Amino acid sequence: MSIEKTTRLKVALLGNPNAGKSSLFNHLTGLNQKIGNFPGVTVDKKTGTSKISENLYAEIIDLPGTYSLYPKSLDEQIVLDLLHSKKDPASPDLLLVVIDASTFKRNMLLFTQIRDLGFPVILVLNMLDLAEQHGIKIDPLKLEKELNVPIVAINARTGAGIRELKAAIACPVHTPPESYYKPGPLASGIISEVKESFSLENDYQAILLAHQYDNMRGLPQKEKEELARLVKKWSFDSKAFQSKETIARYDVITRILKETVEEKSVDDKELTSTKIDRILTHKVFGYLIFFFILLVLFQSIFAWASYPMDLIDSGIAWVNGALKQNLPGGPFTDLLTDGLIAGLGGVLIFIPQIAILFAFIAVLEESGYMSRVMFLMDKLMRPFGMSGRSVVPLISGVACAVPAIMSTRSIENWKERLITIFVTPLMSCSARIPVFTILIALVVPEVDLLGFINLQGIVLMSLYLIGFLSAIISGFVMNKILKNKQRSFFIMELPAYRIPRWKNVGLTIYEKVKTFVLEAGKVIVAISIVLWVLASYGPGDIETKAITEVRQEQPDLLEPSQDFENAVAGKKLEMSYAGQFGHFIEPVIRPLGFDWKIGVALITSFAAREVFIGTMSTIYSVGDSGDDDTTIRQRMKEEINPKTGGPMYTTALAFSLLIFYLFAMQCMSTLAIVRRETKGWTWPILQLVYMTGLAYGLSFITYNIFS
Amino acid sequence: MGEPKKSIADLKIGEKGIVCCFNDEEMSLKLLEMGCLPGCMVELSNKAPLGDPICIKVSGYNLSLRLEEAATVMLR
Repeated sequence: MSIEKTTRLKVALLGNPNAGKSSLFNHLTGLNQKIGNFPGVTVDKKTGTSKISENLYAEIIDLPGTYSLYPKSLDEQIVLDLLHSKKDPASPDLLLVVIDASTFKRNMLLFTQIRDLGFPVILVLNMLDLAEQHGIKIDPLKLEKELNVPIVAINARTGAGIRELKAAIACPVHTPPESYYKPGPLASGIISEVKESFSLENDYQAILLAHQYDNMRGLPQKEKEELARLVKKWSFDSKAFQSKETIARYDVITRILKETVEEKSVDDKELTSTKIDRILTHKVFGYLIFFFILLVLFQSIFAWASYPMDLIDSGIAWVNGALKQNLPGGPFTDLLTDGLIAGLGGVLIFIPQIAILFAFIAVLEESGYMSRVMFLMDKLMRPFGMSGRSVVPLISGVACAVPAIMSTRSIENWKERLITIFVTPLMSCSARIPVFTILIALVVPEVDLLGFINLQGIVLMSLYLIGFLSAIISGFVMNKILKNKQRSFFIMELPAYRIPRWKNVGLTIYEKVKTFVLEAGKVIVAISIVLWVLASYGPGDIETKAITEVRQEQPDLLEPSQDFENAVAGKKLEMSYAGQFGHFIEPVIRPLGFDWKIGVALITSFAAREVFIGTMSTIYSVGDSGDDDTTIRQRMKEEINPKTGGPMYTTALAFSLLIFYLFAMQCMSTLAIVRRETKGWTWPILQLVYMTGLAYGLSFITYNIFS
Repeated sequence: MGEPKKSIADLKIGEKGIVCCFNDEEMSLKLLEMGCLPGCMVELSNKAPLGDPICIKVSGYNLSLRLEEAATVMLR
């Protein structure tokens, strides 16, 4: 007998949203977590290892929160997919159903459904303290006897009861499956036929298959057709049966409740949450408070994040410098330093902003405030083809579109989700900041309006506003064009306010940053390397050609000197494949006021917008003097337009370039994530065409207005 | 009695009612599983600043829904 097999259990966590599943998961697994994908779908699968006893380990799967086994969103479908076949090797050995005792009745619906499927179950009773405040007093012992399953009372906030839970996992009590719901004679025909065709033993499993076969993944087409035939043959009315089932289950739950739960009315005493809601969803204060929180969020993303970002930036520059000095020169070292490490730096630099953003979002979500934001914003978002649920992705988009787009999975309606995914990249992300700051500093004077409002600040803020407006206007247009396949719902629980659990917040930040670095990192690093090759090599020996040309054009330059090397680097870039491509596209971007040099920067920054600065530095031969922006700004200021004889970077050109960077889809990672989330190339390509078209058209208009 | 049919959407803040039936099957499935059942007491606890969506207290917790959704839940 293999010891390995007997000492590893597969345990799945299930429960309503906000029941405390994630907290329990964190208690059980700590940092031993990993995020993977469920086979064939893109929904995150959170798993972790937990040591149950000396020689027993469990693999814990944290499943998305759901109210029933009738899924409404992509997230919830996972639960059903995992449970529908017990023969599946991925099928769990034991289910922990987490019940929020304060909303006991509603939480029990899912429990009775899972129990009817015949899985070994432990009922985990959480938030008994909150329940008591609500006047609900549950007797766990009576309940255990009534339900005939092991029950463990825990407090997922403090970790109390975890030891008892582990003990219960270690010695599972197998109880025969209950059937809380009997479908009745009308369904007996279809049930017995489904059981026979699919060799099932369980009635509820059979009827669930008849309800949901169409949406189930991993069900072969032939079996779907067979089920469709049976549904037709027995004229099985899925909706009517679902409705009957839910009502029948609640009847049973009400009976159980009567026996085991003491309910006192606490109507006289207003609950704290209700009082807080009075203020946070108030006609005036509601929006003011939300606006204030947004202000603090932006302030921290832009101002406070800059310190750790500078540290990372100089750290990367230091590593690069040290490597260049200590490694033998040559293409390999260049590829490592200018290609790989520079690309990696482009990813790492965003960690502080992403960490801060997700700290905010995690705190707002944990506290229960986020659902109030959705509640406040729902009506405002509807004309734009979105709903209250789209607000979180749009806010996240200000830091980075990649995690923002991943967070749209909770949007049930496909059209709303698609519109949100489509317009989120128009929200001005943090990668645009370096480009914005340098161009604004170039052409907008640093003066104060009315003595205290910084003009440069106003221009920067206007850019964000334009980004936001274009996002919602695009949503409005898409709303008119796209057909809605499903109805849109906003039936949503507003959970009671709670103090955030800092451990959960910390783990969320850790997990999001890790996902970002791995997901976006792969793409950015790969593209950086490709671009480095394109910018370093050209037809023939461009190194020698560049040196010869510089010597001819600037004979008085000292050799060797920094200036000479910079001039050669600039020349080399012009002759490289990237430089030639810049010349090639110059006629196209000429109407926007751009020359080939900007063309090169546009191409290189296609991987990630912030690459613009680095490319400009190379083109203008200021060299990689580290994080000093002043040099490149000075150099750009001095650049003369060969046609007019005046300065190259006029207000018209700078604004045209600003608008271009605001609208253009200059981000490979976003395209990659949109492809993943929409399962195809159609939407990312449409997005690329739309945003580039918008960028081109609006830059053209801007350039002509200002010149 | 000829009493006029009233829905959750007609409630005033703080007003209570007993759910009698639903006039939209698809919507009713979602509401049923959220514990909003015939015979249940609901109370309109507050409204979003623009009057929509609204928040009701049902089965011991707060549930938000849009006005058009609330209009499908008839009260007795």
